[in-house]
Amino acid sequence: MSILTPTKGAQAIYRINPVAKLATAFLLSFALILTIDWLSAATALVLESLLLAWAGLSARQFFLRTIPVWIAAPTAGFTTLLYGQASGQSHFEFGLIHVTDGSISLAIATALRVLAIGLPAIVLFVTIDPTDLADGLAQVWHLPSRFVLGALAGLRLVGLFLDDWRSLELARRARGVGDRGRIRRILSQAFALLVLSIRRGSKLATAMEARGFGGDTKRTWARESLFGWREFVLIGIGAAIAAASIATAVAFGTWNFIVG
Amino acid sequence: MAHDRQPPAAVSARGWGWRHASRKAWAVDGLDLDIEPGQRVLLLGASGAGKSTLMHALAGVIGGDDEGEQRGELRVAGRDATNARGVAGLVLQDPDSQVILARVGDDVAFGCENLGVPRDEIWRRVAEALDAVRLDLPLDHPTSALSGGQKQRLALAGVLAMQPGLILLDEPTANLDPEGVAEVRDAVARVARTTGATLIVIEHRVEVWRDIVDRVVVLAPGGGVMADGDPDAVLRARGAELSASGVWIPEFPPPVAQRRVAGSGERLLDATGLGIARVRGTRIAAGIDIGLDEGRATAIVGPNGAGKSTLALTLAGLLRPAEGVVAATAVLARKLKSSSPIEWRSKDLLTRIGTVFQDPEHQFLASTVRDELAVGPRALELSDREIGTRVDGLLERLRLDHLALANPFTLSGGEKRRLSVATVLATKPQLLVLDEPTFGQDSRTWSELVSLLAGLLDEGQAILAVTHDADFVAALADDEVRLS
Repeated sequence: MSILTPTKGAQAIYRINPVAKLATAFLLSFALILTIDWLSAATALVLESLLLAWAGLSARQFFLRTIPVWIAAPTAGFTTLLYGQASGQSHFEFGLIHVTDGSISLAIATALRVLAIGLPAIVLFVTIDPTDLADGLAQVWHLPSRFVLGALAGLRLVGLFLDDWRSLELARRARGVGDRGRIRRILSQAFALLVLSIRRGSKLATAMEARGFGGDTKRTWARESLFGWREFVLIGIGAAIAAASIATAVAFGTWNFIVG
Repeated sequence: MAHDRQPPAAVSARGWGWRHASRKAWAVDGLDLDIEPGQRVLLLGASGAGKSTLMHALAGVIGGDDEGEQRGELRVAGRDATNARGVAGLVLQDPDSQVILARVGDDVAFGCENLGVPRDEIWRRVAEALDAVRLDLPLDHPTSALSGGQKQRLALAGVLAMQPGLILLDEPTANLDPEGVAEVRDAVARVARTTGATLIVIEHRVEVWRDIVDRVVVLAPGGGVMADGDPDAVLRARGAELSASGVWIPEFPPPVAQRRVAGSGERLLDATGLGIARVRGTRIAAGIDIGLDEGRATAIVGPNGAGKSTLALTLAGLLRPAEGVVAATAVLARKLKSSSPIEWRSKDLLTRIGTVFQDPEHQFLASTVRDELAVGPRALELSDREIGTRVDGLLERLRLDHLALANPFTLSGGEKRRLSVATVLATKPQLLVLDEPTFGQDSRTWSELVSLLAGLLDEGQAILAVTHDADFVAALADDEVRLS
């Protein structure tokens, strides 16, 4: 499970507080969803790709982890090309499909935008250890420890759910109901998994309570979540990229405000 | 050494009782019991006598007024048990549901954090606790990579680090293989010796804990204490009675059914040069040759992780062989075109190969016990009358008739096991495949299972069982296949 086994490494990025990574990814995304034009996204993408060498991932890891983005970007672009808002010179029309100058530039802007938001987000997230993230959320952002630790402990069950799912599948075949329609089988299996996971969850909750979780005593933290200059540098880099892409778009007149 | 270790805690119950909100009957009632600080008690009683309920109450995790009703008084270290969280530490049966965090060190530290122990002190205690249970692993070792015995020792370390005055163990070794049982037992013995904490253990298997405890308390079903005192004296006086109610006592072994005929019959299934994989592409064993005959029982034995379950599921036509051949003879395949069980339809398996999974909950499909038993016969499109006859017969034979309308998930461990076997018998398969059928079972259920299976063998059914249970192998197996 990729979510439970973050990539490990010695580079600086691994020592940065996950909360800062989260903040940086949000900052970049926010700047890029304010407008939909090709130049701001392209600027961000170029600047981001200069930094990939410090991302702590090998080229292989990078492409394996970011495959979804590489699929999503052209798909979103192509859909926009065919169905996006029509304007300017018309090139092709068939039913609802209408390719125009306007939809072409919108398509390019969309595809670049998906890359510019998706790539840094994934690259920053894959180096996050869930335990460290929980420590950060509770200690740096002071989110309630009950929820943060509850969610963290629950996350560990995800790996068990995968095993459960496989066993449920085999058990259905053994019980003579494996020939049913696929959709019906998956639905009933999903319900069974839900029942099992609730049972596992309540057992886990008991185990946590038995170790004093949820009591009245003020909790201490075995691991200190540090937030120092490294974290500010990372957020600063994110802010700089966001500012550069907005400034370029405004300067060259491609900026179009879409939120609001 | 530790500056604020809690002193061993005393336990006292005065007319104590607890009733679960969804039940009419009291799980425990009218309990009067005193346990001195530092005593080591084995708590016995038939299933349903309220042993676990008492343990949960002592640990302060039994829940509030919305979960049940309490009467009388239950005190731990002089305090009301509901406010004594942190005084008592509890280790439960299921190793998987007690691991809380992803790294060994963090998991042990969790309880200390909740008790507000300062950071430096936490890590000192973590090291001490891991050492006490002999879990010699790096602090960042992933908890998902631990064996069952290691997970239970981790849970024990987590409890120890909280330095409780009372250690509660609720069937801590029921789900473990023999090596795991020994690991955990030894760790508990060491801990009891060095900390001096009061210890209460629930366990079906008396011989595991006999040398460690200095007192045995037997709870009576329906409330109160049935027997109490020195282990040898109690077991001698009440052994026969306890054994009949499901407790394993070496001097009073459960009755073992004799097979009338040593098995031999037509060949049903042949595996040659078989390689097995749980997930496609990762082979875990290879070069296996097995033949299964009518009326014969074959046991698959070997250490954890050797691929025993995977082999059984592959032979059962549920997993695809990674290499080699699993071939059914004409006696088993009958009119089917393919001799390879994995190619058969799910429905075709029902009357040929029946599989009982290790965790019964994985194979439950219906909301009542009665419907559960009817699932297979319905898939075979049998007549309503025939379905009714089979279901009623099985309900009676496996002592489930009083539970016909209960939800399978609400049954006890022994009842779930009996039901999971019954669901498979409902379609009368020629070959029965069982994965750890006796895991965590009390001696009564064990004995019933063995006599049921012996009966099936006499009738000519073939049995393949994955097991760690040497008594089970001795009682039933004609052949043994060892994976390593």
